[in-house]
Amino acid sequence: MKNALAIAAREIRSYFVSPVAYVVLTGFLLLSGWFFFNLLARFSYLLQIYGSMGRGGAELERLNLNEFVISPLLHNLSVVLVILIPMITMRTFAEEKRLGTFELLLTSPLRVGEIVAGKFLGALVFVTLMLSLTAIYPILLVVYGDPEMGIMLSGYLGLFLVAASFLSIGLLTSSLTENQIIAAVSSLVALLLLYVISWPADTSTPTIGAVLHYLSVTEHFSEFVKGVIDSRALAYFVSLIAAALFLTHRSVESLRWR
Amino acid sequence: MIEVRNLTKRYGDLMAIRDVSFNVARGEILGFLGPNGAGKTTTMRILTGFMPATSGTVTVDGFDVFESSFEVRRRIGYLPETPPLYTDMTVESYLQFVARIKAVPRSDIADAVARVSATCGLTDVRGRLTGHLSKGYRQRVGLAQALIHDPPVLVLDEPTIGLDPRQIIEIRKLIRELAGNRTVILSTHILPEVSQICEKVVILAAGRIALEERMENLLKQGLSLEEIFLQAISKEEALEEAEAQAEAGAEAP
Repeated sequence: MKNALAIAAREIRSYFVSPVAYVVLTGFLLLSGWFFFNLLARFSYLLQIYGSMGRGGAELERLNLNEFVISPLLHNLSVVLVILIPMITMRTFAEEKRLGTFELLLTSPLRVGEIVAGKFLGALVFVTLMLSLTAIYPILLVVYGDPEMGIMLSGYLGLFLVAASFLSIGLLTSSLTENQIIAAVSSLVALLLLYVISWPADTSTPTIGAVLHYLSVTEHFSEFVKGVIDSRALAYFVSLIAAALFLTHRSVESLRWR
Repeated sequence: MIEVRNLTKRYGDLMAIRDVSFNVARGEILGFLGPNGAGKTTTMRILTGFMPATSGTVTVDGFDVFESSFEVRRRIGYLPETPPLYTDMTVESYLQFVARIKAVPRSDIADAVARVSATCGLTDVRGRLTGHLSKGYRQRVGLAQALIHDPPVLVLDEPTIGLDPRQIIEIRKLIRELAGNRTVILSTHILPEVSQICEKVVILAAGRIALEERMENLLKQGLSLEEIFLQAISKEEALEEAEAQAEAGAEAP
């Protein structure tokens, strides 16, 4: 555990001494700010229209911040994660192999599990920081409006789980190659596939359809965004993370046996 | 201290080393010689637990490299061919990190870093990024990294490669000083280096042991190390050729 923390600390430090962290954080905040601004502008425009048409009561009630601002914001951010996470994880193992520092790690009294856990933890801390910086938008809504807190928190928990599973897949692809571009592209492809895997679900047989629905990241994430914390969705994310990290462990260990 | 028995490593069809056996006694400095591609780095990587052998065994201080890899890795300081530096860290933070992963107790880390920085002449560059250092300094940081947990065994893969003559002399002096009661394996293809530092020589040619002898016995023969080296290698290469011919002969009808 101590060793994993040492590796995680080094990992976090290396994000911040290179420009990578700053470019990724700036890009993410810029995009999320743009999404938030536009969603909020549209929301207030709709409010005005409804107001001027003299409709009130039940119809106006249906316009709420959770459904019209937060939910689309979180969905947009999850798409941005598909693109950004591979760039965060591509260096984790690939760069070590190229620098020769992997030889240092593998000849030190470390367990492979500690190396993998350290790398995952380091990336997770970075991404958590990245996500928590966007909390400014929900906070603004709470200050000036009246959104449902519970739904917002469950949405963020969903986004965090999505990010963690994407990271574990990114680590896996990085552990398979010493070329960072290959690591980034293959994890981007894997993440996009996971994102859209349920598209043919409704036109295929019921069994295959159900499987595809279950495999889709989007479907489980949507539940969280709606405020539903389903144990099936939790199990999905936890097992996705565990499976990807387990395969990473095997892939790192196999370097010893090649 | 180190016993290598019938070590063989295959990369697909290529035999990197075959049937390599030798011993190194406690406190001895072993010079590991051979032309490029003879299998020196492969042998060292197996010894340090970086990769496994296809067959054969290695024991370090009584521990088997394959079965108790963890114990062996604790006891070995290893300088690979290119020093394994994180180029975005300062010398000091790099050494602290290595100390942590080499299981140096937390309270001793500051002392260990100060000690190896002094031994390897790094005190003046402690605050500089390792990526900005000259080749000679990088090599020294690599050596400091190998020494940080005060290991009884040092494995150095071409520690003087790419250095200028003055730096080479310094590093050699350093290695001699370090030896003391440590066991050192040193690979190189600079022959005078071996006669100056080493007590025992192993020559590897085409993946096989061509010679294993104590330095003083070699010097008694009255031949220079160059001559001994060339003799050993040509014998091994002739053997190789004969083998290849025999194989070709066996295949022909």
